[in-house]
Amino acid sequence: MAAKITVHGLTMSYGTLEVMHDLEFEILDKDIFVIMGGSGCGKSTLLRHLVGLMEPTKGSILYGDKDFTATDPADRGPFIRRFGVMYQSGALWSSLTLGENISMPLEEAGIVSAKTVKDLVSYKLSLVGLSGFEDYYPSQISGGMKKRAGLARALALDPDILFLDEPGAGLDPLSSRRLDDLILRLRDSQGCTVVIVTHELASIFGIANTALFLDTATRTQGAVGNPADLRDHSDNPAVRLFLNRGETPAKTS
Amino acid sequence: MPDNLRGLLELALAVPEESQDQNKPDTLSAIGRLGKLTVETWAGFLAFLKFTGQTVLSLIRFFTGRARFRSADFWMTLQQCGVQALPIVSLISFLIGLIFAFVGNVQLTHFGANIFVADLVGIAMVREMGVVMTSIIMSGRTGAAFAAHIGSMKANEEIDALRTFGFDPFDFLVLPRLIALVLMMPLLTVYSNVVGIFGGMVVGSFVGIPVQLYWNETIAAVDLTTASLGVFKSVFFGAAIAISGCMMGMKAGNSSAEVGEATTRAVVTAITAVIVLDSAFAVIFTLLDI
Repeated sequence: MAAKITVHGLTMSYGTLEVMHDLEFEILDKDIFVIMGGSGCGKSTLLRHLVGLMEPTKGSILYGDKDFTATDPADRGPFIRRFGVMYQSGALWSSLTLGENISMPLEEAGIVSAKTVKDLVSYKLSLVGLSGFEDYYPSQISGGMKKRAGLARALALDPDILFLDEPGAGLDPLSSRRLDDLILRLRDSQGCTVVIVTHELASIFGIANTALFLDTATRTQGAVGNPADLRDHSDNPAVRLFLNRGETPAKTS
Repeated sequence: MPDNLRGLLELALAVPEESQDQNKPDTLSAIGRLGKLTVETWAGFLAFLKFTGQTVLSLIRFFTGRARFRSADFWMTLQQCGVQALPIVSLISFLIGLIFAFVGNVQLTHFGANIFVADLVGIAMVREMGVVMTSIIMSGRTGAAFAAHIGSMKANEEIDALRTFGFDPFDFLVLPRLIALVLMMPLLTVYSNVVGIFGGMVVGSFVGIPVQLYWNETIAAVDLTTASLGVFKSVFFGAAIAISGCMMGMKAGNSSAEVGEATTRAVVTAITAVIVLDSAFAVIFTLLDI
């Protein structure tokens, strides 16, 4: 299958502080791809590079065969239009209601009929279990609801690639599970590729096809592959340790 | 050592200590610190110029119909920095007029020339005090509000969200605020001038200058050129305040403490910019003999 996203020799840094170097992986079409690793290892930073919020120090990111990093940030519209991004905190625009948060990108995309916009907004909110919350402001709802509303906004334009930053963090196990089901169903029904930053093992084993492990110690990728395979057969002890919650079972080959 | 304590100690030593090279406190000499401060101040000045340049580009996009922002944002800001600023502008301007008239009257009475209180208050208000006081009020009120609002949006990743939906945060956040404040500042300045002159008139009537006489004297002293100088300056001061507020908000860090710092910096920068611009205008107007 063709690679949807190719990351080649990517090095990321904040000023002079190098976060990760020489990342090398491919994300396949319709894949559910998990970026995992310990807290503060640079998972979210990698996501920010993938969506163009940060520029790499070295290396390139390709969408299909088009070089994203070589494109001038001002000309990245065609790439960005295919993205749906859900942020860790939800990042809802706080001066707008949930309904307006979703309708703004829709109107921007040129959907002018007020009726269509309204229907789409209700539909997207109902997908994440927030029907009837159109007129609430972000400050009036709980953290978990903000997250789901953030997902509804990310889905507003039926994205081709969905980026989710820690979708399950701070959710109760049931909500977290429902979110995982929703992600699976979205992938199956809309055929989108999903890139998730998480360290929730239940989600990783539940929905991910491929997982990338970022290793804090070596500041580069520890392994990439199917999460269950990595857990049992990875050559890298850090990966096995992570995926077994710190237990160290012998490597099964 | 008791077992329970040993267990805790092992836990404490399980993760190696982080080297703190990145966060070492400065160990510079006094001269070193002065040099660092100079470099930082210069960098801050350059950043202000750069931001102003970006604002001009954004305005060009606006006038060529390529910049987009929510009209609701614009009307809301217009209300916040227009009508809602009237009470504080009224109070301060009235008191400034009052103070000028009082002080002027005390001195001018010695020469039996207390009618010139009207000239003093009129000229001082329309030429300098009206616009400068309004600008300082708006720096503290609106400039700070811009910085705090944009800064918290940044801390909350809302600006990133704008970017990934293809909105230009500059056009979206800076433009409506800049245009609203630049439109409102001249109106507030005219209003402040009128209220200040009224304040002077109140004092005048207490010290025996009839209202009609005070009014005639003011009209005679303040010609259209003098009156328009303050209003002309207010446009530039408004732009400086909006740019300072928005710039500090956009450059804020990602924590609530840094948003607070950004707000402080916005007010300081705005007031400094207003005073520096006012001095520059004073020199220019003197050279042009207006």
